[in-house]
Amino acid sequence: MAILVGADTRVIVQGMTGRAGTFYTEQALHYGSHYVAGVRPGKGGREHLGLPVFNTAKEAASETKANASLVMVPAHKAGDAMIKAIEAEVALVVCVTERVPVHDISRVKAALAGSDTILIGPNSQGILTPNACKIGVMPTTDATPGSIGIASRSASLTSEILAQTTAYGLGQSTTVGVGGDPIHGIGFRKCLELFRDDPETKGVILIGEVGGSEEEDAAAYLESVDYGKPVVALVVGRHAPKERRMGHAGTLSIFGLQSADEKIERLASAGVIIAENADDVAHAMQVALD
Amino acid sequence: MNLSEHLSKEILAQYGVPIPSGRLATTPDEAEARCREIECTKYVVKAQIGAGGRGLVGGIKFAATPSAVRSEAAKLLGKRLVTGQTGAAGEMVKSVWIEEAIDIAHSFYLSFTFDQHSGLPVMLMSAKGGVEFEQAARMDPDVVRQLPLTLGGDLDEDALRKMLGGLGVSGNAPDALVALAKGAARAFRDNDATLVEINPLAVRADGSAIAVDAKIALDGNALFRHPEFETFAEDDNLPEQERIARENDINFVKLTGNIGVVVNGAGLGLATNDMIIDGGGSPANFMDIRTTTTSLQIAKGAAMLLQDPGVGVVLVNVHGGGMTACDTVAEGFALAYARATRKPPVVVRMAGQNAEWALSILKNRRLPFEDFEDMGGAIARAVEIARKGGA
Repeated sequence: MAILVGADTRVIVQGMTGRAGTFYTEQALHYGSHYVAGVRPGKGGREHLGLPVFNTAKEAASETKANASLVMVPAHKAGDAMIKAIEAEVALVVCVTERVPVHDISRVKAALAGSDTILIGPNSQGILTPNACKIGVMPTTDATPGSIGIASRSASLTSEILAQTTAYGLGQSTTVGVGGDPIHGIGFRKCLELFRDDPETKGVILIGEVGGSEEEDAAAYLESVDYGKPVVALVVGRHAPKERRMGHAGTLSIFGLQSADEKIERLASAGVIIAENADDVAHAMQVALD
Repeated sequence: MNLSEHLSKEILAQYGVPIPSGRLATTPDEAEARCREIECTKYVVKAQIGAGGRGLVGGIKFAATPSAVRSEAAKLLGKRLVTGQTGAAGEMVKSVWIEEAIDIAHSFYLSFTFDQHSGLPVMLMSAKGGVEFEQAARMDPDVVRQLPLTLGGDLDEDALRKMLGGLGVSGNAPDALVALAKGAARAFRDNDATLVEINPLAVRADGSAIAVDAKIALDGNALFRHPEFETFAEDDNLPEQERIARENDINFVKLTGNIGVVVNGAGLGLATNDMIIDGGGSPANFMDIRTTTTSLQIAKGAAMLLQDPGVGVVLVNVHGGGMTACDTVAEGFALAYARATRKPPVVVRMAGQNAEWALSILKNRRLPFEDFEDMGGAIARAVEIARKGGA
C-alpha cells in the first residue's frame, strides 16, 4: 500500500539524459523502481539507459501510460518542465531541482490549482516507498519496508531518521520530502491525510524546522480530526539566530519568523509527541507504539 | 538579496513610482555638497543598510541646512547600526541617502510578495503605514488588506479602487495610489522580486502619492534572467567567512561560539547546533555542505574553521547520502587539516553512505580524531573539549 507511490508506479524522467538525470535514473532502476521513459526536447526517438526518450512530457506520458514524473532539469527550466508535466495530466510530479526562481514556482502553483496533479518539491529529495519505488535522490541503503510514514523538510535529517527507524526495527511505509523552499507542492497536512488512510502506516514522523507554516498547518489539521495514529515531530532550529537564513530558503519568512519553540508548542497542544532532539525520534515513536 | 533604499527607489522610479529627489553620499563632505543639488526646505539623512528597522534606532535624521546634513552624515557614516533585524553585530553604514523631507498627510503601507499558502503573488496594503506598521500588523492582522494579483502578475484595478474606498481614501488620492501601485506591481514582476515594500507610502495634502521609503528583495535564484543585478549581489555586505563559503557552494553562517561544525544538509546543521547548545556548548558557525559541493570546496570551508582562532574544537557530523557521500567530506577535511597551521582537536561522527570508508580515509591520513557512532556522543565530547579550553 504505502502512499502515492508503489510497485505499480510508472515513472518518466524529465531531464533523464543529463548528468544528474543519468546518475539517479540508473540508481532508481538498480533499486527496482519502474521507470518507463525519459523526456528531452530534441532527443525524441533515441534510447537512454535502455529506455525510450521522448520530446515532450505529454508524448512520454501517453505512450508509456506513466503516472509519475521525476523533474531533474536545471533550475532555469524546471518551472516550465513542471507545468508541462501538469498539462500532460501526470498524477504525481516530483521536482528535486534546487534554486528554482520563486516567480517560476508561483506559476507552477497557478497551473496546479486547476488540475488533479500532486506536486512534491521543488528542492526535495523526493519520495521513497522502500523496495517498491524510489523517485528522487535519496540514499536507500538504510531503507527497509515497514510501518512508519515520514514527511520531512530536510533531506539530510530524513536519511538520519530513516536509519534510526530501521535500526529500531520499525521500517518505513513511505518517506516524503516536502522540500526546503518557501513555496512548494504538498506539505505536512496532505501527507498526514494520506498516511491516515494508509493501513500499513502505524505512525507518522514529521521533520520540521524554523520558518514557514508547515508545522502550524499540520497542528491545525490534527486538531480537526481524530487522527488515530501516533505522530512524532522533530523541529530543528530552536537555537538558530533570528533573521538569518540557515541553508533552506524556507526558513526565512517575510512576516515574522515563526520560531521553532512556537511550532513545538503548537504541535504539542495538537497532541503531537515532540522528539527531544535528532537522536530521540525513532525512540519516541517506539515508545508511542508500545 | 535585499537592496538598500536608494537602489530600491531607483528601480521603482523606472516604473513611474514617484520618489523624493535625493543624492547618495559616502563622506560628510560629499553629503554637504550633494544635498545642495536637491531643491527643498528640509532634508532627511538616511543610513543605507540592507536590514530594516533603522528608523527606530537613529538611522534616519532630519536636517534643516547643508551643514546640519554634514554633521548628521558624519554621525552615521562608519557606524554599525544594530536593528531588530541585523543581529548583535549590526550592519556597517557605508553610505547615506539624503533626500527632500516630505510633509505626510497620511502614511500607508504597500507591498507585493507571495502568499506562502497559495504560492501566488499578492498585494498587501494598510492604512497604518510608518515605522509602527509591523507591530500594528502583529497585534491586529486585520489592519492589513490583501489583494491577489492576476495570473499574469497584474493588479485588478477595480478591486484596488474598492479596497481604497473601504480604507476611506477619497479625492485625488485613489488615482495617485492606483497609478503608483500598478507601477510597483510591474517592478515586482519584471525584476523577479520576492518583495517590493513601500513604507511609508505617503499621501500629501494635495492627494499626490510618493514612496518615502522602499525596500526591494530580489530572488538570488533568478539572477540568470537579470545580469544587470550582478553588481548588486557583490554589494551584499557579507562577512569574509560567509563570502568564502558561498564561493565554495557551502551555506555558512558565522556564530559566536567556539565549536566549529562541519555538517552536510541544512536540517542536520540546525539539529546539530540545537544539540550543541542544549548540551551547554556554543557553535562557532552553522554549516550546510550542499549536495553538489566537491571535496576541494569542502577543504576550503574546513580550512576557514581550522584557521579561525575562535575555534577550540571541530565537530564533523555527516550523514552521507545522495551525491555527498561521507568519503567526499572526509577527503576534503583531511586535505584542509594536512595544510592547516592551526590544528584544533577533531571529533567525528560519520553515518550513512560510505561512513566506514570515510573513517579509514581520516585514519590513513594520520589525522588525530575521536569518532562516535551517534550524534549525541560526538556532540557531548565536542562540548567537553570546548569547555576545557580546546585548542
